[in-house]
Amino acid sequence: MKPPPFTYHAPRDVGAALRTLAQVRGKVLAGGQSLIPLMNMRLAAPEHLVDINRIGSLSAVDASPAGVRVGALVRHSDAEHAGAHPLLTRALRLVAHPVIRNRGTVVGSLVHADPAAELPAVLAVLDGTVRVARWDGRAVERDVPAREFFTGPLESAVQPGELAVSAYFPALGPRTGTAFEEVARRHGDYALAGVCAVVTLDDDARVTAARVACVGVGPVPVVVDVTAACEGADGADTDSAGTGGERADRGWADAARAVQEETEPESDVHASAAYRRHLVGVLAERALRNAAREGTAARGA
Amino acid sequence: MTTRLFGEPVQRREDPRLLTGQGRYLDDLGRDALAAAFVRSPHAHARIRDIDVTPALDVPGLMAIYTWEDLPERVGRALPLLIPHPALTHGRTAYPLARDVVRHVGEPVVMVVASDRYAAEDACALIEVGYEQLKPVVGLEEAVQGAALVHEDVPGNVGAHLVQEVAAADGRGAGEAIETAPHTLAFRLDIERSASTPLEGRGVYARWDGRDLRVYSSTQTSTSVRMAVAATLGLPLPQVEVIAPDVGGGFGVKIVHPWPEEILVPWAAMTLGREVKWTEDRREHFISSAHERAQIQHVRVGFDDDGRVLGLDVTIRHDHGAYTPYGIIVPIVTSTQLLGPYKIGAYRVEFTSLYTNTVQVTPYRGAGRPQAVFCMERTMDKIARHLGKDRTEVRAVNFIGPDEFPYDQRMTFQDGRPLIYDSGNYPEMLRMVKELIGWDEHERRPGRGIGLGCYVEGTGVGPYEGGHVQITSDGRVHVSTGLTSQGQGHETVFAQIAATELGVPIERVSVVTGDTRRFGYAVGTFASRAAVMSGNAIALACRKVREKALRIAADALEADPADLAIDDGMVHVAGAPSASIPLSTVAVLANPLRYAFDDEAAKATQFSGTASPDRPPVAEGEEPGLEGRDYYSPIRSTFASGMHAAVVETDPDTAEITVVRYVVVHDCGRLVNPMIVEGQIHGGVAQGIGGALYERMVYDSHGQLANASFMDFLMPYATEIPHVETAHLETPSPLNPLGIKGAGEAGVIPVSAVVASALEDAEGFEIDRMPISPSELFELRERHASLE
Amino acid sequence: MEHEITLVVNGATRRVEVPARRLLSDCLRHDLGLTGTHVGCEHGVCGCCTVLLDGRPVRSCLTFAVTVDGQEITTVEGLAREGATREGGGSERPSRIHEAEAMDTALSPVQRAFAECHGLQCGFCTPGFLCTVTAFLRENPAPSDDEIVEGIAGNLCRCTGYQNIVKAVHRAAELLAEER
Repeated sequence: MKPPPFTYHAPRDVGAALRTLAQVRGKVLAGGQSLIPLMNMRLAAPEHLVDINRIGSLSAVDASPAGVRVGALVRHSDAEHAGAHPLLTRALRLVAHPVIRNRGTVVGSLVHADPAAELPAVLAVLDGTVRVARWDGRAVERDVPAREFFTGPLESAVQPGELAVSAYFPALGPRTGTAFEEVARRHGDYALAGVCAVVTLDDDARVTAARVACVGVGPVPVVVDVTAACEGADGADTDSAGTGGERADRGWADAARAVQEETEPESDVHASAAYRRHLVGVLAERALRNAAREGTAARGA
Repeated sequence: MTTRLFGEPVQRREDPRLLTGQGRYLDDLGRDALAAAFVRSPHAHARIRDIDVTPALDVPGLMAIYTWEDLPERVGRALPLLIPHPALTHGRTAYPLARDVVRHVGEPVVMVVASDRYAAEDACALIEVGYEQLKPVVGLEEAVQGAALVHEDVPGNVGAHLVQEVAAADGRGAGEAIETAPHTLAFRLDIERSASTPLEGRGVYARWDGRDLRVYSSTQTSTSVRMAVAATLGLPLPQVEVIAPDVGGGFGVKIVHPWPEEILVPWAAMTLGREVKWTEDRREHFISSAHERAQIQHVRVGFDDDGRVLGLDVTIRHDHGAYTPYGIIVPIVTSTQLLGPYKIGAYRVEFTSLYTNTVQVTPYRGAGRPQAVFCMERTMDKIARHLGKDRTEVRAVNFIGPDEFPYDQRMTFQDGRPLIYDSGNYPEMLRMVKELIGWDEHERRPGRGIGLGCYVEGTGVGPYEGGHVQITSDGRVHVSTGLTSQGQGHETVFAQIAATELGVPIERVSVVTGDTRRFGYAVGTFASRAAVMSGNAIALACRKVREKALRIAADALEADPADLAIDDGMVHVAGAPSASIPLSTVAVLANPLRYAFDDEAAKATQFSGTASPDRPPVAEGEEPGLEGRDYYSPIRSTFASGMHAAVVETDPDTAEITVVRYVVVHDCGRLVNPMIVEGQIHGGVAQGIGGALYERMVYDSHGQLANASFMDFLMPYATEIPHVETAHLETPSPLNPLGIKGAGEAGVIPVSAVVASALEDAEGFEIDRMPISPSELFELRERHASLE
Repeated sequence: MEHEITLVVNGATRRVEVPARRLLSDCLRHDLGLTGTHVGCEHGVCGCCTVLLDGRPVRSCLTFAVTVDGQEITTVEGLAREGATREGGGSERPSRIHEAEAMDTALSPVQRAFAECHGLQCGFCTPGFLCTVTAFLRENPAPSDDEIVEGIAGNLCRCTGYQNIVKAVHRAAELLAEER
């Protein structure tokens, strides 16, 4: 298990990286935590590798009230410690293990576009974007919205010759809570299924917007807007008597069913499609309830 | 007292080097050696049409490419069948490189030698092998059908078939005993494949100097590799040495030998006149070493109103993979160890060992026992369920009593000797395990279950091991034994034994294992035998040396040997510590010298006046030096035992399974080092939990191993293993001088049975298949819900 | 094509020529002769090859040596020295029976704790655990059981069942606290 030979490029700035990519159509090396295993197994054999690890300008996390922009060299652990976005932080803790997160990058996970990975779902549920650059006599950038970015399992909208330079995660609105629920075989493994949810409530704790993105149950993150289905549900703790009661329970269950219907899970060595479909319903309900609960708390705060 | 070390939790003497990166594992050696890599079959079953190596010839650093046709006659022969058995009528082994048919994905076809592993893999990628695909046989069901054959000349894919029967006291056979019993049950059980997967794979490194061959191998048996290599390469045995360096785990897979690479790497080193090394990578380990466990068991049992088993009939289909180099040890162990701590009225067991186009099956820690215990303990739980009795009660009525030892199970064990249990105390052990887990106080509720499992393990199988002990004139004690170490702490426990026997500080004792330069006669490390076999052999060798030391010291001190004792490395007259002589001086006196190499040595020279001029310096029947060698060869195995219990919780929605408590009561006779024994148990339990809840080898219908990586073969991390609580019972073995029994495999043996028992309790339906994942538990729930 | 790179390994500057594809694990082991870093899977799952890169644990099998040109690496061979320098005054610790010679002098607190608690058997995974735990305890000097389990959850061990490794991490935290 040794990687095949390649020609190595180590540009010092984005312009140089883009020029190299334009010339050689190489593969980009950032954290390498997904690419290098594939190369070691000789399942990937890029002729050119463009190592962006020396481009300091790509290491920035820029947070503003509107959202957070994460550069292509920001490691999972750096983004996690920056804590610039609550849902991103929450999801990062579910990515593999701390040692992998010390090297792996947020943008790299997005570009790798594994349908079982957490970060694509976060970008998708938030309607974030990925900024992609290429060289055309000068650096030309475009922002690709999440719904167009993930094009298939392990396929993203990044074209040959392009470099994903950053990702943008819009901030959460007021009275909004999030949750990420997943089941993995071992702690740190890719999830068998997972759901991240964003729920916004009004002043009476009624759901005004609810969106989920599911992992592991389709070729790309499956985003479902369940605002309509959540009608009747609220952010009060429905386990305790009083506020929502049965009507609320029905709302969350309807929403979970709506999510299930949008998914197309497949069977693999770890779980059957039927189990994954069941699981995504369970997790959607949990995630929505937890997000609503958090949103309620945020409302109070 | 400094020298009573037997039984103490002595810190390991291996650790300082292993903690500082100074260990020497196989791939740490031979920095300048050429690297070997292999082209392995991508097909489960195929005929090799042609091999074109020309595209690889320009790879920089390429040294050689070998196919089967390039091998000399004796090197190219089929590998040995290590343990023949009359029932193994159709034993088959592989060729070192595939000859014309490949029978599993991963079988080696071409060997490449290059300047480094990168270059060797580059060349492998360019070699083109043309295959004509044949129909693969995957799984036991397909093997039984026999529509396709793994080996053309093995009808029905049946390698071995063996029936063993033990009649009841009244002479009735199992069939009759079951039919006439007040209650009967019949059911099927399934266990899937797992594997040893040590974190260091296999590896071989060979040096040839034109006359002598030195081979390093990450093996569990260096002496036997040596004999195999010498025989295959046609070298005189004294010209071949084999050394097992630090080995990064074995768990059974490294007892198999000679691996193709253990023949090919030394042969290539001789052929090329260069050092050659092969280090197995993880993918190779998954597809080209060995797996274990897979069996289907059909059980019929008859019992009385108390749950006493009157008759038991078990039919086992054992998946042997493509080859049978290790014979039928695994199904033999299953069929004999199935009886556990119980007296079974009449017993009939039949196994059929079947070939499939998958990786060969050879022992993995437990070696057939986890399957056996799964079968017997599932049976006990089903009897309890049928009768509405507590599961521990049913076990208790079937136990062999503490006063019934030695207890003859009237079968033949894996060592070819009678299956006679030497000692044990099963009722006391049950009491202890119930108390430890709180069996009687357990709060029963859905989603939370309790379970237990009992086992007896034959350990310390022969034929023999030996020990050599030498005390040198610096007072140091050098112990060697031929068997090998893979992390069991042998350097520590053998030093404890030697220090205790000789009365020397442990710091002065050093231990060498697995180096044929130091000790040439040995069997190997497997079957929980090292402490029993080499431990006793070393103790016996120490006693010889001690006797000689006392004799020489008695001469020097003008005392009676019977009045002498040894403490802290000093021989002294008991009760008169001033009349003493250090063992270092005794060692000097033991070796009459002509030449003094230092002041101390001068005491043993011919004019020193210490020796009597009337006797030959080395008396008849004596040898120079203070050293001794002895062997331990037991009449039969000694039987350790254990009982485990667990509390398991299941998520009502996600079907996730969590082991919340796990307790172990264990009896391996006298403990040499309780810290090390506990470590062995912990590791075994973790492997057992892996086998029960996480690990399996998933073959698709084409015979491709679909999860041949640590990404998808789910070896547990710390997050998957519960805290393990242990307690010990010490029932000494009467069979050996130290009273010890083996402990290496114990932890893993009953875990699947325990987890199944607890899960069944939590879920309310029967669990007859292991391992089990949340997905499978979900499907069982659905099936049972639809039946209701 | 060979690339000349400079690595600061265990405090020493090492200049080495490597092809671009040389994994850091192979560079350390075969080019620099530091064989204490082990290779167990070469796909980033087992953690045997974990080393500290600028103080942070990373998988050396998932890192090309050329990528870390100019950076600092600590391997298991460097932990003892690192521990020894930090020890300074040297502290008393409970004496256990018959420790092997030299154990006290050269080992870091984490290494000592692994020996005391029998946190290793075959020792193959141990260097990866030691590097991971050394960094973990710097971030979290007084961890709970759950935090420890989570902290070592990226490293596989096939021998110990992790019981004594968890114990060793607690013990190491104690030893480090005594030294502060």
